[in-house]
Amino acid sequence: MQRAALLRRPFLLLPLACVAVAGLGFAELLQRAGEGRYNPHTVPNFMVGRPVPEFSAAPAPPGAGFSTADLQHPPQPVLVNFFASWCLPCQAEEPLLDRLKAGHVPIWGIDYADQEAALKGFLQANGNPYTRLGADPKGAAAIAWGISGVPESFLVDRSGIIRWHLGGPLTPAIVADTLPRLLRKYA
Amino acid sequence: MARLFPLAAVLFVLLLAAPSFAAGSMLTAEQEARAEAIGSQLRCLVCQNETVEESSATLAANIRMVIREQVAAGRTNRQIMQWMTARYGDFIRLDPPFNRLTLLLWSMPVLAPAVGLGIAFAAGRRRRAPPPPLTEAEKARLAALLE
Repeated sequence: MQRAALLRRPFLLLPLACVAVAGLGFAELLQRAGEGRYNPHTVPNFMVGRPVPEFSAAPAPPGAGFSTADLQHPPQPVLVNFFASWCLPCQAEEPLLDRLKAGHVPIWGIDYADQEAALKGFLQANGNPYTRLGADPKGAAAIAWGISGVPESFLVDRSGIIRWHLGGPLTPAIVADTLPRLLRKYA
Repeated sequence: MARLFPLAAVLFVLLLAAPSFAAGSMLTAEQEARAEAIGSQLRCLVCQNETVEESSATLAANIRMVIREQVAAGRTNRQIMQWMTARYGDFIRLDPPFNRLTLLLWSMPVLAPAVGLGIAFAAGRRRRAPPPPLTEAEKARLAALLE
């Protein structure tokens, strides 16, 4: 009797089907989040494929700062890394930056919304992987680059075009595979 | 004298607040209104359901500062909006434009009632269909029940 009613009115199954589809969707999201392929907080960045924006990073001892002109024709691809002394994921990605430095990848750091003394302490505690270093105390450079938090990284090629963006800390897989591949491609 | 105290307190608080207004550089009232209008149309990327104008996140404060600098530099609302979407995409706009991706979003106010009315209409018609006529056996049973 129950079964006959459902067969006569298949629309009764519609809500159940909607719930099932939503459930599968959520399961997929959780699966991707668990594997690190999906982060609900990530804000898409539209700078990839475009030239380095107008910006300037002030001197941040021991760094002398840098600006758009310095990144227009770098001798080799540069990893631009936004970070801050108050940012724990930045501290966590530091060993990976060291690994890149050991592989002779130039890393240009921009210290976001930070103070000179705090930066000094951070570099003393964690080491300094940066080839060049600048400060962005008011966050104007950060917005010019379209970042929404720290850490974020960009790869700039030899003609000053942004080729790659990461909203979040580097991972061992990125340092071992993604970046070497990109660096070969744009060398 | 005691009556003057609240007034003095208010003036004192205003005095403390003055430097923070001054930090927004020299905008005229009209420019400030424009900057606020632009900020109210932008999504804060940290607290994603708040506008840049009302959010207390550092990033929102920085975006407010950038908007004011650009307003002071004489850029139009449209140019500033384009500058923002070039970096953060349509995601930063709380009033997204009508395009292929937002088709469903914008058509939903029409689409949802239309589908609802359609279902209600179909259900209503089905219910109004008269029941099949009684068979002879049923008629006899009905008569017996009504006796």
